[in-house]
Amino acid sequence: MQQLVDQLIQEGNFPGVPKEIVYAAAMLLAAFAVLSFFVAPLAGVTSWLERRVWARMQSRVGPNRVGPQGILQWLADGIKNLLKEDIIPAAADKWLFSLAPYVVFVGFLATFVVIPFGSQLIVADLNIGILYLLAVTSLVVVGILMAGWASNNKWSLLGGMRSAAQIVSYEIPAGLAVLTIIFAAGTMSMQGIIKAQGWAPWDWLLFYNPFTFGAFFLYFTAALAEGNRTPFDIPEAESELVAGYVTEYSGMRFLFFFFAEWGNLYVIGAIATTLFLGGWQVPPIPWVTDQPVLLAILQFVVFFVKAYFWVFVAMWVRGTLPRVRVDQLMSLCWKYMVPLSFVCLLGTAGWMVLFPRGNRLASVGMFLVGVAILLQFAKRVRYQIRHARPELYWKPYI
Amino acid sequence: MSEAPHNGGEAFHTEDMTISMGPQHPSTHGVLRFIVKTDGEVMSEAIPDVGYLHRSIEKIGEKVTWHGYVPYTDRADYLAAMFTNQAFCMAAEKLAGIEVTRRGEFCRVIACELNRIASHLIAVGTFGQDIGAVTPFLHALRERETINNFMEEICGARLTYNYIRIGGVGYDILPETCARVTEFIDHFEPIVDEYNRLLSYNKIFVERLANVATITREDAFQYNIVGPNLRACGLKWDIRRDIPYSVYPELEFDIPVGAGEKGTLGDCYDRYIVRIREMEESCKILRQCLKMLPKGPAIAKVARKFKPPAGEVYVRVEAPRGDMGFYVVSDGSEYPYRVRIRTGSFTAMSLIDKISRGLMVADLIALIASLDVDAPEIDR
Amino acid sequence: MEAKEIYARTERKFSGKVSGFQGDVVDPNFRVEAQAIVEVCRYLRDDPESNFEVLSDLTGLDLPKENKLQVVYHLYSYSKRHQIVLKVDLPRDNPHVSTMEGVWKVANWLEREVFDLFGVVFEGHSDLRRILLPEDWVGYPLRKDYVEQEEYDGISTQRAPLVEKLLR
Repeated sequence: MQQLVDQLIQEGNFPGVPKEIVYAAAMLLAAFAVLSFFVAPLAGVTSWLERRVWARMQSRVGPNRVGPQGILQWLADGIKNLLKEDIIPAAADKWLFSLAPYVVFVGFLATFVVIPFGSQLIVADLNIGILYLLAVTSLVVVGILMAGWASNNKWSLLGGMRSAAQIVSYEIPAGLAVLTIIFAAGTMSMQGIIKAQGWAPWDWLLFYNPFTFGAFFLYFTAALAEGNRTPFDIPEAESELVAGYVTEYSGMRFLFFFFAEWGNLYVIGAIATTLFLGGWQVPPIPWVTDQPVLLAILQFVVFFVKAYFWVFVAMWVRGTLPRVRVDQLMSLCWKYMVPLSFVCLLGTAGWMVLFPRGNRLASVGMFLVGVAILLQFAKRVRYQIRHARPELYWKPYI
Repeated sequence: MSEAPHNGGEAFHTEDMTISMGPQHPSTHGVLRFIVKTDGEVMSEAIPDVGYLHRSIEKIGEKVTWHGYVPYTDRADYLAAMFTNQAFCMAAEKLAGIEVTRRGEFCRVIACELNRIASHLIAVGTFGQDIGAVTPFLHALRERETINNFMEEICGARLTYNYIRIGGVGYDILPETCARVTEFIDHFEPIVDEYNRLLSYNKIFVERLANVATITREDAFQYNIVGPNLRACGLKWDIRRDIPYSVYPELEFDIPVGAGEKGTLGDCYDRYIVRIREMEESCKILRQCLKMLPKGPAIAKVARKFKPPAGEVYVRVEAPRGDMGFYVVSDGSEYPYRVRIRTGSFTAMSLIDKISRGLMVADLIALIASLDVDAPEIDR
Repeated sequence: MEAKEIYARTERKFSGKVSGFQGDVVDPNFRVEAQAIVEVCRYLRDDPESNFEVLSDLTGLDLPKENKLQVVYHLYSYSKRHQIVLKVDLPRDNPHVSTMEGVWKVANWLEREVFDLFGVVFEGHSDLRRILLPEDWVGYPLRKDYVEQEEYDGISTQRAPLVEKLLR
């Protein structure tokens, strides 16, 4: 994007204005555009999708009134919350209380700068892209602690502290899994990692060697824990702590927390796609690769579908699994996931010493293993569906 | 409470938080309040504070007539209203020496077992929801909706039935309802399997419940824990089998007992799995009753102004939450002299203080949900 | 075991302290003196012949015509499948009896309820306070001569007469 702005300056569009101001204005404009035209509708539609998927799994319908199939429900919720009374508890710390949602939001929004939607569609291709992502998502911890503390409510405090402990602990397996991929790809830049993969599934880093395969599951589980999603949603455990650290929040501030959570789902999916699933790589179809616009659109669609699939999986997991208890969560992280992620890391390092340019046979083999697992899973799902006798639910007898 | 081990001998002073869980709380089963002293996760004590739903049902018993009191007994435990109805009517019948008609007895058993399935569905569903799995709760409610429809067909109400009257039942069960109930049981038995696949053998669920809050048999006797909670401790005791009433002696059913399959005997998992198995047994009982339903009047002839002779009686019924005892004293007039409702949830709550020391807050939730306590039963 | 036998054995052990056996009613029962009730219950619980493992119920009964408050104990045995009812007569103006908490722990809450609703004081109870009603409630509701207090926490408990209500 920097080239575009430089080009505009050279064409003499901004006489007399120093370059830095033009850069700053361009950045603000880009951020605003991304935020309002992409992130807000994305988080909103994700919230609608979650409620629909959640409801259908529970033999209910979900929101289906506002707009076609209820897809504008988030807009109605947003407007309603904007119009609500602004309540701050009397004994709460006003500044921290008001600031906390925005810190969480910034921690999540700043990740969109480096997400590669296409080969040219990235706001800033930092050469430490993935490190920047990991660092910026940690801001969320500060925001959550602020929210828990400033609410002047013992339940919020408990929720905030639990959440902080959880997020900080799960950074480690996530970071190590990411490091495994950095080893395999050789670069920290997001576009660089995608370029190190190919469009075919067996060229993805997911199937590169058995250790990256394991690293993917470790990363996904750790990312779910960082995003406070079930089975790790203890900070928001409804039945235990009312609503955890967001108990005292209402109106738009409440929505900001959940905005960040749903958007974070997409970011998790995007990172998983970039690191493991080949990002925006498309097969080289001749009549498409010649036209840059069409290619960009195709890459965007491919990336979006891959990332959104993982969003759907996260919702699916939420509807199925119960919650883990806090001490079980911590022991899962420190006793099982951290050693396993070290194994993946060292295994990949060893693999790269053995096969410096990768082993195509092993990749195809891992791909077949992945397909076999998927088929087994599909068989299980079919068995469950058949045993549930869904035809009886479609035609109730009273 | 905690000491820092490296501080050269001086203890690091921390205080326990005293938090009040409830009375408004998405988890506790009705309006209950616990005063919890905790250091953040591990509780040092959890004192229940009850009485938020006290409606003086026992005092009302002294002001209304015998027939008029039956709707009040519904409210003593609205999730298992048929059983409270039945217990009171059995007490009145024992005092006056009235014999219930045979068809009335069978109708009573059908209504009660349907109600048992509905109550256990709520117990299992809310248990899953408190642990975090919200989907089984809604599936349970979906099945319960069908049962509520049956109740509406049978007696006109979905929750507080006023169906079992002194001498029999209020309305007869029509043959169409019987056919539909049979269809429902055919559909329901695989659904219980579904709960097993979704919840009972789920590793996270088992980890949350196994070895948590074990109740030993000595504790169960000391604190008079009854019902599925007692059976989960290993004692095969069911009032329908051991102090039989109504037509239960003629029916064949098994009594599920906890066996410590996934943890210790008497932990939360045992209490959960006993309830699931009881639902299956209720299906068996329902099938037999529907086949054996005889013809005849549904209610015996009882005087409008019901005046049993003076006396007292203590009647027990196997309600879903345990042994529901009605101690009824009559002085010969048309109002009862004293009605005392002794519920399983009240005594189960008295146990929570002892067992919850050293548990975590999340385990307290699991304990309350596994004991299946119910605010209207505790407070009456 | 028959109720008569249980009574006979208890009377042999605690002669003079138990009396008034009623055997031909629906629930056979007998009276026990207030000072002896804890020992009688302990004996009935520990004796291998009677073996009453649980205290099914502990409740009160107000008999103003005979000017006494009765505390009724229902005992049950799982192993022997028999039940017995014990009654303790207490004077209405100063009802005191020792607590059963040492024999069965469930008596803790059951006695709190009897204290709350009838006003019977259980000596030796670890935590005798109201359980169902608020702490500052006045009066014992389940007594037959109970009159509700005029107002509680500033809210009147009396219903306005109908005419005034319609005129308002």
